[in-house]
Amino acid sequence: MSGLKGWREIPIGGLILDAGNAEQYKTGSWRTYRPVWDEGKCIHCLFCWIYCPDSAIIVEEGKMKGIDLEHCKGCGICAEECPPKEKAIEMVLEGEGKGV
Amino acid sequence: MGKIVALTGNDAAGTAMVQIKPDVVAAFPITPQTELMHKFADAVADGEVDTEFVLVESEHSAMSAAVGAAAAGARVMTATSANGFALMWEIVYIAASNRLPIVMTLVNRALSAPINIHCDHSDSMGGRDAGWIQIHSENSQEVYDNLIQGVKIAENKDVLLPVMVTSDGFILSHTLERMEILDEEDVHRFVGEYKPAHTLLDVDHPVTFGPLDLPDYYFEHKRQQVLAMEEARRVILEVGKEFEKLSGRGYGFLEEYQMEGAERAIVALGSTAGTVKQVVDALRERGERVGLIKLRVFRPFPKEELLEALREVKVVAIFDRSHSFGSFGGPLFTEVRSVLYGSDISVEVLNYIYGLGGRNISLEEIEGVFSDLQGVIERGGVKERINYLGVRE
Ligand code: SF4
Ligand code: SF4
Repeated sequence: MSGLKGWREIPIGGLILDAGNAEQYKTGSWRTYRPVWDEGKCIHCLFCWIYCPDSAIIVEEGKMKGIDLEHCKGCGICAEECPPKEKAIEMVLEGEGKGV
Repeated sequence: MGKIVALTGNDAAGTAMVQIKPDVVAAFPITPQTELMHKFADAVADGEVDTEFVLVESEHSAMSAAVGAAAAGARVMTATSANGFALMWEIVYIAASNRLPIVMTLVNRALSAPINIHCDHSDSMGGRDAGWIQIHSENSQEVYDNLIQGVKIAENKDVLLPVMVTSDGFILSHTLERMEILDEEDVHRFVGEYKPAHTLLDVDHPVTFGPLDLPDYYFEHKRQQVLAMEEARRVILEVGKEFEKLSGRGYGFLEEYQMEGAERAIVALGSTAGTVKQVVDALRERGERVGLIKLRVFRPFPKEELLEALREVKVVAIFDRSHSFGSFGGPLFTEVRSVLYGSDISVEVLNYIYGLGGRNISLEEIEGVFSDLQGVIERGGVKERINYLGVRE
């Protein structure tokens, strides 16, 4: 665990003093299933963006751009909420190929 | 100057709270603590204090409300007993781990089952590893004095740990005693204003309390708690001295009573220490070299002070008013024996488990323990290491 701070260097009691630092905490490794997005099928309704509990859907200029896999925990909510006709997100077991 | 009054232990604790005027108190009734909160509730109803008094539906909620209020920056107090404390337990641990200086009176009562409302220390000892500072009281005066000091110890910036002040159920809580209470202004000046460095309500400096803490940092936060307990040793002594200036009553980790030249000694917590004193006085009059070590602070455990007090003693009986079933002796015994091991002091240590569920301990029984200790000196060996005092065979 190199690079981590010692017990004298951190705030007591687990306090987090800096606001908005969740971004620095990478949670992507927690994933069992990985969302795989098919750009061709996507209608950019942004349901996935609204529902993603980890703010892991990347949106630029009102368009779905991809998934932030450093923070996505693989809950599958985006795939569930993607409209049934489009089904533009598929959950795939991590390590089972299929490009991101 | 203060004034001399007659108060029960519960009234003494309630009076201390009224004088401390905490910002928030959250509580749920349980015998024998209930009267304590009656006293405080009266003061709230009469407008003597402007405390936010939160009446909750369980002790788990009482401690939860206390944690929330303390994180928000309030000075918080509560009180409970036995099963109420047991129900709180999850949050008791969280209060210490979040470093919130809550001060609680624990009116000692035996844990169920079978259901029992009388005094033993199974409740406080059940919480001994939760990270709270634990201060025991011999009488109502000490309950009052310890609570006032407790606030100042808990809130010290090098400590920031919750403090539990014990009061033996019924023996102290419901017994009228002569004691001195301080002037309210003096109490205020003594405890001062609580100015926490970080609070949830400080919107200009937003902080997160109680986040997820995984294997990469949890251990570091626990190590900090160890340091806080170490710092508490210094602060407890400083606050004890300062309190002596105010009240004339000084406090340390333990009280050595007639320990000058004592060959035989008893180590006890709480009200039993008062009973032992009477026996010690009687035996001293007959020329017997006996004494008492009254342990006031159980957490942090006063290793050095205890070793110093035991230096000249040949044989010592450790009184435990609770048991750790299946362990080799009660909690106080295992602790004392552990600090002796590897020290340069050789003293025989016996354990007496007594008083469970409020079973009375008599002067004769205590005198009997001192004769047991004499037997050990004469025989040069221990027959029974762990003894049960006052249980019917
Ligand atoms: S799987 Fe869950 S966390 Fe990952 S992008 Fe979809 S909704 Fe967000
Ligand atoms: S929910 Fe589906 S269709 Fe809508 S933006 Fe997300 S991936 Fe595209």
